[in-house]
Amino acid sequence: MTAALEENTSVETLATRSTLHLCTAGSVDDGKSTFVGRLLHDTKSVLADQLSAVERTSRERGMEQLDLSLLVDGLRAEREQGITIDVAYRYFSTAARTFILADTPGHEQYTRNTVTGVSTSDVVVLLIDARHGVVTQTKRHLTVAALLGIKHVILAVNKIDLVDFSETVFNEIRDEFVALAQAKGISDTHVIPISALLGDNVVEKSDNTDWYTGPTVLELLETIDVSDIDDSGDFRFPIQYVIREHGLDYRGYAGRVTGGSVSVGDAVSAGGGRTTVVTHIDSTDGPVQTAGIDDSVVLRLADDIDLARGDLLTCSDRPEDTRVFTATVVGLHEKTLKAGVKVKLRYGTSLVRARITAVESVFDIDTFEERDADSVELNDIATVQIQLASELPVEAYSARGRIGSFLLVDQADGNTLAAGLVAA
Amino acid sequence: MSISLTDTKKELSPHLKDLENESIHILREVAGQFDKVGLLFSGGKDSVVVYELARRAFAPAAVPFELLHVDTGHNFPEVLEFRDRLVEKTGARLRVAKVQDWIDRGELQERPDGTRNPLQTVPLVETIEEQGYDAVLGGARRDEERARAKERIFSVRDSFGGWDPRRQRPELWNLYNGGHLPGENIRVFPISNWTEADIWEYIGARNIELPPIYFAHDREVFERDGMWLTAGEWGGPKKGEQVVTKHVRYRTVGDMSCTGAVLSDAETIEEIITEISTSTLTERGATRADDRLSESAMEDRKKEGYF
Repeated sequence: MTAALEENTSVETLATRSTLHLCTAGSVDDGKSTFVGRLLHDTKSVLADQLSAVERTSRERGMEQLDLSLLVDGLRAEREQGITIDVAYRYFSTAARTFILADTPGHEQYTRNTVTGVSTSDVVVLLIDARHGVVTQTKRHLTVAALLGIKHVILAVNKIDLVDFSETVFNEIRDEFVALAQAKGISDTHVIPISALLGDNVVEKSDNTDWYTGPTVLELLETIDVSDIDDSGDFRFPIQYVIREHGLDYRGYAGRVTGGSVSVGDAVSAGGGRTTVVTHIDSTDGPVQTAGIDDSVVLRLADDIDLARGDLLTCSDRPEDTRVFTATVVGLHEKTLKAGVKVKLRYGTSLVRARITAVESVFDIDTFEERDADSVELNDIATVQIQLASELPVEAYSARGRIGSFLLVDQADGNTLAAGLVAA
Repeated sequence: MSISLTDTKKELSPHLKDLENESIHILREVAGQFDKVGLLFSGGKDSVVVYELARRAFAPAAVPFELLHVDTGHNFPEVLEFRDRLVEKTGARLRVAKVQDWIDRGELQERPDGTRNPLQTVPLVETIEEQGYDAVLGGARRDEERARAKERIFSVRDSFGGWDPRRQRPELWNLYNGGHLPGENIRVFPISNWTEADIWEYIGARNIELPPIYFAHDREVFERDGMWLTAGEWGGPKKGEQVVTKHVRYRTVGDMSCTGAVLSDAETIEEIITEISTSTLTERGATRADDRLSESAMEDRKKEGYF
């Protein structure tokens, strides 16, 4: 029995729990909403009032079992059409960990939502239908996961009951999937036979798959080690906001560490010959000596150099300022992107005018080959050249700290047109 | 020199530290990206936590946001006293938009059930317009309700304040896009990823003061639709509804007419954390009549501009 099934989680264990960010993806009808519903239900994250609403609606629709997908399909249109339209975020916890789950839609035209869900995740859980095995959509999801630097992928082979809990079917799927994932550079893969509808191997071990000796999905999520996601690299600190308090003669630079760490006494550079020394680090717990990756802190500096939002503080290996770079972009909007289109580019805390100077190729997600193209459409993954109106210290994408990620924004209405990753 | 804030009672768990780091990042993005920002403040625990995070995000400087309370006129007096004391103590700027003013002008009509929570939308949207806020911060959490589970952290509202769930911008990495057309505004939810339990643990760890009605106390209440409501000018109890004294506390704070108390002996934060970890009802399911109106009550209100 897993820790999740203990009735009470003591206040003490809450104090030491850490967070795991994951996302789920699958094709339409792979039972993904049912899977997420099952995970929430079996970890006792669904309370009586939510459950009675689901029971009522399931009954009204003439279903014999609880339709757990109703728990997660939050929009009226989703419940009516029986599909997930938009990314939803779910929260559940066990004694071992707290989970933040981005539940992404499976419908092909919503591939952009998969990119969105994956972008904040450490682990991706892919669902497939055991009757259909690895399908094109599975390959697309793996491609997106690999593109965004995901290291840990769990494949849940769902509806294993509908292939009579067959080990042979499972093994074929597993072998094909593992080979595919490794070819894409995803090192840590796990494959689990489940039935989301009946509950096999989601939270509780199934008696129907005695040939499977591995963990259930929840057991794996509770124990999977994601601390190896790259070392945190060199110190990076995009300045978000300058905090000034005249009465106290206080001037500090607020931001979040996106790489490495910094200590009081360290020399830092803001580029353009601007260098100084960190004199104080102010955290929400008061002054500290060191700040590490992901910490939101305020740095105070020895010299009054001209710094503002958008400046990047570094210690060593500072990326060169540049106006031109190559990137992979994912089309997120109906508006077509092509050479000559002007946009705004949001990188770290900078927002600068930019232009697409060339579309080099589009990665064809059906043939998995690059093909020549002169435009980037919604859901396309493309290689483009970008020119900036002013120099920025851009550097190659890294999943840790999300360095090298950017958005292309419509300069008229502010819409998000594309997500980008600076090429190595 | 050190930043003097409420003394930290104990160290944050790694999970709470993650959440705090993220929320502070979001609040600073708001200060960096927008010109005029309102912070929706009801005196409820979630808005108190957002304000506390904002104080920590900008200390030792003042919070660069104005507090906005959309006052239904059916407030718990303890919550108003708390609000005014906090404003006094921290030097916050507070603006109050009173639903009653809209009713007096004939621009809003009282509902037959006496509930004023849904009436907050018009004063909210009109105050945003009148004040020219380009961003409005709110304490909504995704775990509260399934329509809110679909909400972005930076959420674009059209010039009527409306939310279109099918036209939401994808939100990637930790890049928050505040771009918008003139007349539109962005609702920002810095504690989107916090759960009810996280909020209470944080309140405990940071020793944050709350209105006393969150803690168990004796109160004169009457029962309606399975909820314990407080008698008041808003129109309760009706004939046949008997007023009794019960030991209760509030899990959420909203309009008196639609916010129910729960029977409870939890008088400390630790006892509350234990109580909610064993509760079989969600906080809104247990205490909010406004969500019971239909299966899509929250989605429908949000589309009209509710936060």
